[in-house]
Amino acid sequence: MSGHHIIPFSVYRNVLIALLILTVLTVAVAKPVSGFDAGVFNFLIAMGIASVKAGLVLAYFMQLKYDNKLYLAVIVSTVLFLGLLFSVAMIDWATRVPEISTL
Amino acid sequence: MSSAADKSKNYLNHEKGLWSWLTTLDHKRIGIMYMITVMLFFLIGGIFALLIRFELFSTGGQIVDADGYNRMMTFHGAIMVFMVIIPGIPAFLGNFFLPLHLGAKDVAFPKVNLMSWYCLIIGAAISFFSLFAEKVATGWTFYTPYSISETSNGAILLVLGAFVMGFSSILTGLNFVATTHRLRAPGMGFFQMPLFVWGLYSTAILQIIATPVLAITLLLLAAEKTMGIGFFDPKLGGDPVLFQHFFWFYSHPAVYIMILPAMGIISELITAFSRKVIFGYKAIAFSSVGIAAVSFFVWGHHMFVSGQSQVAGVIFSFLTMLVGVPTAIKTFNWVATMYKGSIQFQSPMLYAMGFLFLFTIGGVTGVMLAVMAVDVHFHDTYFVVAHFHYVMVGGTLMAIMGGIYYWFPKMFGKMYNEFMAQLSFLFIFVGFNVTFFPQFILGAQGMPRRYFDYLPAFEPLNRVSTVGSWLIAIGFLIGLYVIINGLLKGKKAPDNPWGAKTLEWQTSSPPPHTNFHEQPVVTGGPYEFR
Ligand SMILES: [Cu+2]
Repeated sequence: MSGHHIIPFSVYRNVLIALLILTVLTVAVAKPVSGFDAGVFNFLIAMGIASVKAGLVLAYFMQLKYDNKLYLAVIVSTVLFLGLLFSVAMIDWATRVPEISTL
Repeated sequence: MSSAADKSKNYLNHEKGLWSWLTTLDHKRIGIMYMITVMLFFLIGGIFALLIRFELFSTGGQIVDADGYNRMMTFHGAIMVFMVIIPGIPAFLGNFFLPLHLGAKDVAFPKVNLMSWYCLIIGAAISFFSLFAEKVATGWTFYTPYSISETSNGAILLVLGAFVMGFSSILTGLNFVATTHRLRAPGMGFFQMPLFVWGLYSTAILQIIATPVLAITLLLLAAEKTMGIGFFDPKLGGDPVLFQHFFWFYSHPAVYIMILPAMGIISELITAFSRKVIFGYKAIAFSSVGIAAVSFFVWGHHMFVSGQSQVAGVIFSFLTMLVGVPTAIKTFNWVATMYKGSIQFQSPMLYAMGFLFLFTIGGVTGVMLAVMAVDVHFHDTYFVVAHFHYVMVGGTLMAIMGGIYYWFPKMFGKMYNEFMAQLSFLFIFVGFNVTFFPQFILGAQGMPRRYFDYLPAFEPLNRVSTVGSWLIAIGFLIGLYVIINGLLKGKKAPDNPWGAKTLEWQTSSPPPHTNFHEQPVVTGGPYEFR
């Protein structure tokens, strides 16, 4: 077992600043706050920002970037399984044919 | 080191008193605690099963009204699935024998192991509260919209209970993965591990990856019921079929959490009682992993008629049939192992044979149900009830019973009454078929499941089925007698009564606190008979 990887303080500070900026951005693009409206993309933009934030936390605060790659593989596989659930459920919705009564 | 005084010390008399059990970190003692807990739950679930069958002895109400029937059915399903069959093999027999199989002193995280038992107890307490105080009547599947409607209380509590118990199973899974990777005896590679370990390992992966989805489902249910956010309720813009996606994404892999370790036990039993090296070791090992992998892609086969799209249905139908391939690989390998072996029909082997017979019926009817057109007819009929009882009882429960008899001498250092054990098997095996085979016929004739009452035409076969349930009950009572009698009056067991080859038989019976008197070193495969 190798020792802990020491991450310089400046890295933590920069990540924190990035997270704060992204938080402000999330609020800024929220329709009720700023009136910004990208239609169907509202949701995608919000989720995209949130994903980048989660990625930063995982990579730096949880040190996945420096740790054994096995942990990264574990995290990625869980996300993939969640993706499987969502994508197949989407296939179901996208291909449903509404039933119209013939009576 | 290994003097006579040393050998009289074992994990049972290592420490004394109830407190030493409740705070133990010894995987063997935790395994025994799981054994007692699971047997107690099995008794409660079994009583409800008998009540259900008694109610269905004749048309009309016998002992309860329709609401009471729904509750009994929920009790039976929820208790048997979440409290008996899921923890049954991994947490009880797996806990006891995984480290022994690997030549290790304990599991990787003994404290987490103890915590998993308390999680089961807390989760079970929450579930029992929701079942008895809140009178949940949704069945063990808690389908929306009924489970979130005002007329139905406590479903969220029941899901919470299921999740806390699920957490117990996640912790067990984590422990087993870490133990298998890190604590194997010197010389034991992955392909020198007994096949029970392969079964437990595949199960552990499922437990870790699938169970968290239950938590997501719980969160969404709670958000919908308390805050009115529309996920599942069409009135709020939700989709009830979405709930079924979430539920079965966990619960189908959960079916394999039930059956994979059972298959592991069967591999041990068949090779030990055929006195022959297992046929196709790697094929059996990899088919366990294969079943675990495929099990994530088939959940939609529970939803062919619930409004899922036809495209999704076709995909799921095809993928479900794929599960038959690795399962058949196992079955053929087991039969090939017995071929030209010196088979001995002691009670563990009888259960293994029972498994082969019943599980094959359960599996093949499963492939029938995977055919969409057939499922449209059979869905929600007694055909399905018979199918999954053949898998869960005919498969998992047979393996648990076989495993208990096989390892009883090792666990308690005593032998049991072989004749009574065989008698118990006879009653359970015959009773099981008398109970559930008629249900295939009833289902094919169109008798719907989960109903309180039925048409008079179905009465004769229902009576046969109910009589069968009494035979099963007698069988299990004899089994209980065998265990208690063996514990109290059993002859002292030798270290290796069956002449089996895996590591647990090299230590004394019962094993010492640290499992082995000397660290075992592995030089060959697990089943070197001939
Ligand atoms: Cu399934």
